[in-house]
Amino acid sequence: MSISEATASQRTDIDVNALRKEFPILGRTVRDDRRLVYLDSGATSQKPLAVLDAERAYYLTSNAAAHRGAHQLAEEATEAYEGSRARVAAFVGASADDVVFTRNATESLNLMAYAFSNATDKARTGAPLPDGAGRFILAPGDEILVTEMEHHANLVPWQEVCAKTGATLRWIGLTDEGRLDLSSLDRLVSPRTKVISFVHQSNLLGTINPVPPIVEAARAVGALVVLDACQSIPHMPVDVADLGVDAVAWSGHKMLGPTGIGCLWARREVLESMPPFLTGGSMIEMVTMEASTFAPPPRRFEAGVPMIAQSVGLAAACDMLDDIGMDNVAAHDYALTDYALARMAEVPGVAVVGPTDMQMRGSAISFVVDGVHPHDVGQVLDDRGIAVRVGHHCAWPACRRLGVPATTRISPYIYNGRDDIDAFVDALGHVRSVFGVG
Amino acid sequence: MEDLYQEIILDHYRHPQGRGLREPFEAQVHHVNPTCGDEIDLRLHMEDRDGVQVVADVSYEGQGCSISQASASVLYDTVAGKPLPEALESMRLFQEMLQSKGEVQGDEEAMGDAVAFAGVAKYPARVKCALLPWMAWKDAVVRVTEGGADE
Repeated sequence: MSISEATASQRTDIDVNALRKEFPILGRTVRDDRRLVYLDSGATSQKPLAVLDAERAYYLTSNAAAHRGAHQLAEEATEAYEGSRARVAAFVGASADDVVFTRNATESLNLMAYAFSNATDKARTGAPLPDGAGRFILAPGDEILVTEMEHHANLVPWQEVCAKTGATLRWIGLTDEGRLDLSSLDRLVSPRTKVISFVHQSNLLGTINPVPPIVEAARAVGALVVLDACQSIPHMPVDVADLGVDAVAWSGHKMLGPTGIGCLWARREVLESMPPFLTGGSMIEMVTMEASTFAPPPRRFEAGVPMIAQSVGLAAACDMLDDIGMDNVAAHDYALTDYALARMAEVPGVAVVGPTDMQMRGSAISFVVDGVHPHDVGQVLDDRGIAVRVGHHCAWPACRRLGVPATTRISPYIYNGRDDIDAFVDALGHVRSVFGVG
Repeated sequence: MEDLYQEIILDHYRHPQGRGLREPFEAQVHHVNPTCGDEIDLRLHMEDRDGVQVVADVSYEGQGCSISQASASVLYDTVAGKPLPEALESMRLFQEMLQSKGEVQGDEEAMGDAVAFAGVAKYPARVKCALLPWMAWKDAVVRVTEGGADE
């Protein structure tokens, strides 16, 4: 049973009005005293008091550089940071040692991509590599497989790997509805395929991609599987080990956490076989003037003083989401998205870009309005206090494939209710008259 | 919002002036706004008329929001047929008004329909939309005039 099906029958237990009190920003007004209707959580979620308080408490009482210093504050900072790692790992069913903290999901994906280009570079010069690094060494003829709905963060780094190593980038195309065209999977995956990196839930289309068939195809040829879970982990229960993939990247700021922290989980033997990405302090084992050896994961991938306060904030965000229950979060999102799709269908001239039913679908809804550019749609909505995203959503190839230069997107979350969707749909009904096309 | 979507702007959006790529031209440029995907292809034709460089024609095709498309139309109305120094001065005034955060209202006498974009200056995210065609035009001017200097 898919996640969508599993949550469809559940009733949401989230009391939106009570929850909003935890997010003071939702109480402000915008543009001439309009109530803020925040429907841009796919870009970044708002932050609850608990997250802000946790960061503040850390700075007020324990601030120091983690993993350095012999004093009590340094010990407390180290405990705060490593405790946060354990908390975040538990949130996704992982072991703490297998979670690397990064600055954002883009860095997490680059970390994976650079494992390939760095291993390939080092193999050329004969520099030492970790045991098992052979699978990261690429040569012309090797292939990297992505999909046509990737966020630029899971596309451009792989294009760069190909440019550096001579490997070839291939991609799984889309159907007109904005789903992966898996009919081509057998043809695209071959022994030449060294890594398949794909998005769990599209930030542009809301599509939830089926993980098992892609993992199965990858396993058959020994390819590594990387999953971009930025839009799924904040919205549904995700157990990273259960997915069967090798690595999962996601960001903190889309799941109530602060900006400036992202995560990468990978199976331990995968992390152990990867050469470092950013290098410097903290990530070493021994340093001489000639050369260095590197710490075991996760610290091998965490050069410099880490994001301690942000990690504490992210741990608090995990606490809050677990208190609500990720099943409830998913059920709430499902019900609200279902409602939004139905209400949007009432508005003349509005077309959803992406799946129009709730089968394997998340809460991001992209759409276009006949005769009005998406940017102008966003501006009219903004005038009524409704915050949405406009543009190509860092998924330009997917926009091109689906024949739209850009879209307007709503992406509701736990603090949104039907009143927000109603306000949005009401404003949407006025858009075409502003431009004299409806 | 009425400040932003002045009737003059919406008029230019619905009925763009000078749209379409035409011959002859000495420079063609392609500019994009990478944050929103707006694009413009613009051609510039210059003529020497009695020793004065004149912007004989500006032709364009593009896709984008009402602000960027209307701005291209207003660019055509403003600079086509004008001596180059006068056209460059119009761009200077337009750019100054847009980057003034709403401080400079613009002089209708000197700027014509371009003053309608004064309200755009209050929406920082939209300033780049309005400037896109003008930046493309300036790029084309540089290519033509610098190309001429090389000959």
